[in-house]
Amino acid sequence: MQEHTNAFEPDREINSVLATDCGSTTTKAILIEKVGDEYRLVVRGEAPTTVEAPFEDVTMGARNAIREIEELTGRKFLNDQGVITPTQPDGTGVDIYMSTSSAGGGLQMMVAGVVKTMTAESAARAALGAGAIVMDVISVDDGRKSHEKIQRIRHLRPDMILLSGGIDGGTITHVAEIGELISAAEPKPRLGIGYRLPIIYAGNKHARKHISNILGEKTDLRIVDNLRPVLEMELLGPAREEIHNLFMEHVMAQAPGYNKLMEWTPIPIMPTPGAVGACMQTASSEYDMSVIGVDAGGATTDVFSVFGEFFNRTVSANLGMSYSICNVLLEAGVSNILRWIPFSIEEGALRNRIRNKMIRPTTIPQTLDELIIEQAIAREALRLAFEHHKSLAVGLRGIHRQRTIGDTFEQSGSGETYIDMAELGMLIGSGGVLSHAPRRAQAAMMLLDAFQPESKTMLAVDSIFMMPQLGILASIHPKASMQVFDRDCLVKLGSSIAPVGPNGSVKFGEPCLKVTFDFEGETIEESVPFGSLKLVPIPENKTTEVVIHPARHFDVGRGYGHDLETTVNGGVVGVIIDCRGRPVALPEDVQERNLKLVEWFIAMNMYPEESLRKYAQI
Amino acid sequence: MAHAYTPGLKVTEKAVITKTRRLPILGEVLVEKGQAVSPHTIVAKTDIPGNPQTVNVANVLGVDPEDIVDFMKKSEGDSVKKGELLAEYKSFFGLIRHHVESPTDGTIEMISSVTGQVTLREPPVPIEIDAYVDGIVEEVLPKEGVIVKTEGAFIQGIFGVGGEAQGVIRVAVDNPGDVLDASCIKEDDKGKILIGGSLVTADAIKKAGELGAKGIVVGGIIDTDLIDYLGFDIGVAITGHEDVPVTVIITEGFGKMKMADRTFGLLNELNGFKASINGATQIRAGVMRPEIIVPGYEAGVRSDLLDLTKGLVPGTPIRIIREPYFGILAEIVELPPELEVIESEARVRILRARLEDGTVVTVPRANVEMIEG
Repeated sequence: MQEHTNAFEPDREINSVLATDCGSTTTKAILIEKVGDEYRLVVRGEAPTTVEAPFEDVTMGARNAIREIEELTGRKFLNDQGVITPTQPDGTGVDIYMSTSSAGGGLQMMVAGVVKTMTAESAARAALGAGAIVMDVISVDDGRKSHEKIQRIRHLRPDMILLSGGIDGGTITHVAEIGELISAAEPKPRLGIGYRLPIIYAGNKHARKHISNILGEKTDLRIVDNLRPVLEMELLGPAREEIHNLFMEHVMAQAPGYNKLMEWTPIPIMPTPGAVGACMQTASSEYDMSVIGVDAGGATTDVFSVFGEFFNRTVSANLGMSYSICNVLLEAGVSNILRWIPFSIEEGALRNRIRNKMIRPTTIPQTLDELIIEQAIAREALRLAFEHHKSLAVGLRGIHRQRTIGDTFEQSGSGETYIDMAELGMLIGSGGVLSHAPRRAQAAMMLLDAFQPESKTMLAVDSIFMMPQLGILASIHPKASMQVFDRDCLVKLGSSIAPVGPNGSVKFGEPCLKVTFDFEGETIEESVPFGSLKLVPIPENKTTEVVIHPARHFDVGRGYGHDLETTVNGGVVGVIIDCRGRPVALPEDVQERNLKLVEWFIAMNMYPEESLRKYAQI
Repeated sequence: MAHAYTPGLKVTEKAVITKTRRLPILGEVLVEKGQAVSPHTIVAKTDIPGNPQTVNVANVLGVDPEDIVDFMKKSEGDSVKKGELLAEYKSFFGLIRHHVESPTDGTIEMISSVTGQVTLREPPVPIEIDAYVDGIVEEVLPKEGVIVKTEGAFIQGIFGVGGEAQGVIRVAVDNPGDVLDASCIKEDDKGKILIGGSLVTADAIKKAGELGAKGIVVGGIIDTDLIDYLGFDIGVAITGHEDVPVTVIITEGFGKMKMADRTFGLLNELNGFKASINGATQIRAGVMRPEIIVPGYEAGVRSDLLDLTKGLVPGTPIRIIREPYFGILAEIVELPPELEVIESEARVRILRARLEDGTVVTVPRANVEMIEG
């Protein structure tokens, strides 16, 4: 572990925090201070990241971002050594400084296990949860021949490998076989041409000696507790901890300037996605609800979910809104993108436009058409990333489990996804396309269309993407982290009410939901037919009691046709009654679909109405 | 952000260019600092450990893994030839006999009594790195490679496919708006780098490949033509390793797009010169764009060029790189400091630019790029 010169004392009172996130293109700094009894965001600054040539020193970007904060506050936080800590009697400095990082490509890992759907999957979960991009998952039964696996391992240059396999006391042959393949491939690390590749072994403890014999000399081998000591149990903590240690010792230590940055802070630098995951987990526990979060970036889309005790993160490494936008086109297909666009556009022209966004990724939509196209692509990127997430966010496979009448949920023990959209309490979006949408209703609609939450769900976006900093802050001061998260980070868009169904033949326009709001002494009644959307303007930070009466073919969580009495939250968009069905029913006929899209967009006040009416010629 | 616009692509008649030529693993550098090199000079070499092959000897012999050592005819470190006996099992006085032959020439690297596998290592594979351009060795990176420095004309494209190649430039069209079709390609274009205008057709790429041309540089390409040429679709903007006969570099974008006058003009001046080109593109942090390098080109004194070092200022020639003016060349008229609301309702930093037809339009600064000198 890196020796920190600036040791953190857990009992020290913290009144001010400076935190940076060194992203691949931008370094973002935030200043948090205690104002009265509350921690609040005071100011933020940003500057280009300086990991790449010609600067090759991450602290330059961090200094520039902090300097912006100095200029905005008129106070001094930096000296020649770095950030001044703790706060000095003359008012300079802050009580603590911390940082996250995804610069230089983040943390790139390869994982290996014996059985693809068991130990290899657990290893992938450990790596993803620690904030890594998983480049490949190798297993004995992955369908590739030995020489193909060896070629693949040789070709990849990961930052580290996580090797698992076998339960403690089980056969060691298979995990040894994977170890031998890795040994034969002689993998090389991505950074540092002359270094030995770090390998974490988290498999059958009885195979440790053999693994040491074959990998001990060739690689930088670390041995931790088995991540599947018995079939029924997944123990990811020790492997994740070692990943973080190696991230600091190996990856960060070789990235330009990080040795200096590490000396500025008493808290180990966290990989950005790992910190976002920590933020989501804290939020889930603080709000006492299940949470799904998504970060739609230019190159990748990360999805996080916290359902009860289960936390999962997935990275869709090639689903992004700029650099990998063509992969969205490739995976989703043109027709799936076109289904969200309410005007006609030639397929070839659309393809060329998407390619041109890929090669000039920093451009922004100038016209309404361009904005609608970009948001259509975003829906598909988010949908695909969520599909990917659901396939990995599953209970442990390989366990024989006796089901009882009390098993009301699909999760746990059977390898089925535990993502239950009816149970979801909050859906949080972040990333430029969601956070910077010109109207917040656009972000709400992208989340609704891509994730299709059911029953009642709070929708929110991260205003300025400070979840990484709040995630690392949560590791030492969850209260401060959550106060800022709730008041300054989240923009609450409003609750959505969306019935599941229809479970029979129901036509657009037939009754679906009747919702009675009891808002500030006034009773509001809304009847929304199937195939329609309705926006009820309940403002941010207001809640209201509602009684929801679904028609007999629809279910809002109490069974088909059964009423639900609950509380919903207002937001900058309002309460959205989404009666388009689950899955969302889109007309097959293009003309009919375009009219329906325009109707929905107008109902949500998403775009200028005059322009939308032109599309529909109504 | 300090720079709310896309830095332009380099189009310059005189530049100092350095190229790092690095081995994938440590090896031997074959040239010295200050030495003159040509594109095909080998500057460094190494041996990549040969491919490993695994043979499950225990399975083939039908014995337990821990017993295979007893039946091995070779030991760890021994050299073997393809077909040579590796292990043999006999029982019942030789009536039952199983044996394993080496599937390859190589060395026995490991005999595992845990899995029963034997790992054989094929002979090392030599890897050589050439200099890519005419130039001088500026710096030797011990055991890793060299940095080669050259001076000459340097043009960046926006996107390319295919790797490094060298050839003589031939401008194959009259105007930057012309389409490079199959009729523009001549029988003696073998080894040439062909310059087109607004578009290259699928037939033209095919014919260029058949005749042995080395490269095509053109304004635009139709998305589906590129997919047909490659035989697969590109999902992520990392290119350069495609196995294609002709490196294709586009300078403007996808679709029919007139090549910028400045780019076309310079390529015209370079007609007949030998160039090194590379289609490799990587659009991410550490952006890599395709390039055309003409070492040794001596530029004449040009008085018509503007000083582009000040960034965006009134008078700067720009290219608009997003709809509704995509691909149009313009000149900056005004750079209002305050944010303005554009049609998409985003509040952004904008500029006003005069198009070639004299119309003045408002464009987000993020949607223009300078044509850099």
